[in-house]
Amino acid sequence: MYIRAASNISPQNAFGNQPLLTELVEYTGDRLTCIEPDYKTLIDPKLIRRMSRIIKMGVASGMDCLQQAGIPVPDAIIIGTAYGCLEDTNTFLSKMVQQNEEALAPTAFIQSTHNTISAQIALLLQCHNYNNTFGNGGASFENALLDAMMLLHEREAVNVLVGGIDEITANSHTILKRMGLYRRQPISNFELLNVPGKGTMAGEGSAFFLLSREVSGSDWAKIDGVSSFYKPRNTAEIQQQINTFLLTQHVDINKIDLLITGNNGDLKNDAIYEHLQMYDFADKPIISYKALCGEYPTSSAFALWLAVNCFKNGSLPSALTGAKIPVKKVLIYNHYQNIHHSLILLSAC
Amino acid sequence: MAQPVFIAGAGVISAIGNTTAQNLLSLERAETGIAAIKYLDTEHRDEFPVGEVKLSNDELAGLSGFNIGISRTAMLSLIAAREALIDAGINNFASLRNGFISANTVGGMDKTEDFFKEFLPDNTKGRLRKVLNHECGAVTNLVADKLGIRHYVSTISTACSSSANAIMYGARLIKNNMLDVVIAGGTDALTRFTLNGFNTLMILDKQPCQPFDANRRGLNLGEAAGYVVLVSEQIALSLKKELYCTLSGYHNANDAYHQTASSPEGTGSLLAMKGALHRAGLQPSDIDYINLHGTGTQNNDSSEGAAINTLFTGHSPKMSSTKAFTGHTLGASGGIEAVFSALAVQRGLIYPNLRFETPMEGLPFTPETRFSKQPGLKHVLSNSFGFGGNCSSLIFSKL
Repeated sequence: MYIRAASNISPQNAFGNQPLLTELVEYTGDRLTCIEPDYKTLIDPKLIRRMSRIIKMGVASGMDCLQQAGIPVPDAIIIGTAYGCLEDTNTFLSKMVQQNEEALAPTAFIQSTHNTISAQIALLLQCHNYNNTFGNGGASFENALLDAMMLLHEREAVNVLVGGIDEITANSHTILKRMGLYRRQPISNFELLNVPGKGTMAGEGSAFFLLSREVSGSDWAKIDGVSSFYKPRNTAEIQQQINTFLLTQHVDINKIDLLITGNNGDLKNDAIYEHLQMYDFADKPIISYKALCGEYPTSSAFALWLAVNCFKNGSLPSALTGAKIPVKKVLIYNHYQNIHHSLILLSAC
Repeated sequence: MAQPVFIAGAGVISAIGNTTAQNLLSLERAETGIAAIKYLDTEHRDEFPVGEVKLSNDELAGLSGFNIGISRTAMLSLIAAREALIDAGINNFASLRNGFISANTVGGMDKTEDFFKEFLPDNTKGRLRKVLNHECGAVTNLVADKLGIRHYVSTISTACSSSANAIMYGARLIKNNMLDVVIAGGTDALTRFTLNGFNTLMILDKQPCQPFDANRRGLNLGEAAGYVVLVSEQIALSLKKELYCTLSGYHNANDAYHQTASSPEGTGSLLAMKGALHRAGLQPSDIDYINLHGTGTQNNDSSEGAAINTLFTGHSPKMSSTKAFTGHTLGASGGIEAVFSALAVQRGLIYPNLRFETPMEGLPFTPETRFSKQPGLKHVLSNSFGFGGNCSSLIFSKL
């Protein structure tokens, strides 16, 4: 299965036609915020006014991905979003509480459901095909990816649009910060992984991919497999899951050129990767992506975007590593709060 | 790829009963669960009748085994999912590749609403444990942990078609040889958020709803959880109990007409039903009973009716909406109606469409008004349509 195109609205300059991460964007504080494009060139201005931020980000990156792939209407649209349309949910909920359940307007409620983004893309494309949305915490994007790969395997679809998207709102950030997810002291995302501590930086993003069953000749990468596992009991179980995954993919661990991990600067979180980095992948180049996009449940979509771009360019962005690494086989390993863990295996075309 | 998926267990809690047996009895006796609001703390208490599960949060905590303070969505889910799992009688469940695919649309919103009362005036206030399980996925995880499910845990959220998509996804995970057993369905508790949301859309009926009636006024919201246990052929053969049926067909399509309204001709519904028939290798005339989406709104029932009229021209099967019993239970509706459909096919049952009086104009068929037994019943179609144009249909077939 092939990745024919990818599009990403993220805290880095990643959207549209620009060289891959030549200059990284620095954030100081406790969060990284998406750099949004000018939507007017991408979505009908009449529609933009009604859309909340996450819907605009999702629709723009979804449509851009299809355009790049040259696929006017996909056979399926599948999205993963842990939080869903938070801003609309917050608006309706806040008004409901403040106005004591009186005189409420429907717009925010209508747009608050998790499936709004996939529905809006279907509506714009007049796409009557398979349409699904996973709201499954740190595995939302991986579930969407697996659904897409099964559809291709079942020969139910040739081209599938898959996205992973989550947004930060003022209230969600305040609440998650109170829960202790983020750093108490302001820090730069450039230093986040070098200065481990308690908590990480918040992130957000919208990354979409066009997966195809057929070779196009201009594919960016091959996606070999995706696997997610739930609440492993210990490091040994994580290792076993990784070994089983590689075994079913018929890949020797030594054949992997690059490991992309989800370290986020939180001591407890990163300890889970440590063992792999010290032993199983000890002599492998490893890059960690969350200094670029922050931590959020569907951040592995950013990691996938980064990986497929490395394949497309034939090398890693020099801003990330000085070493010249040939990229033929890449493994992405991420976990979100040690609940859902996931593996994505990619190959050069 | 073509191997069948079997239904080995069922569990449901809704306004008409806390167990599958109680639900079935209410359906037989034509006893509705729609009543004045008793448990939901809302300003609209005396305005809209709803389909509440007739238990307080404390009683649900006792029944489920969850601590008091856990979202009602999770408590309903655990009660029904556990019933389904026990019903399936799979002795070596833990050693099999098991999955829990649970849909919901509100997550822990019932607790978040309370949190926001304290949080909005002062962002440093409000007990964090009330929002700890706000996410849809968090509710699923709470239940998966209680059931000891470890291999695959997932949550689908596609508005009113959520549960049907969860069942479809679960079946495909088995067909793709990734899992052996899946508990699939969904849950949703009543919340002020959804009651007020549907109120702003002006589609709530102030009286008990009348699905597929010419004089229908809207829907009654409900709350419920419903799950089926899907098993592979290999597991099915190893079970000593009687299986319910097979899940022979399923299809997901999109209406692509409007964010909340269905197209007049029911484009998405028609595609979903056609696709499910195609997968099952059946003709429209093979369907003996349709468990309608039938919410009772002007828009849904005319759209669904139009699609059925197109597809089943000349041989309309018996049909009814059980939402007149349970209310529209949103993310749970596809799950509880899957249980009702599985029972219908196993035992040859046709459920009544309560309160039906006047046929809709332009439709040559009317829903069933009496509970009946039809031993020859072979195939049941269940529809779940919703916001975002998401339309899914499932077909349950006799073994």
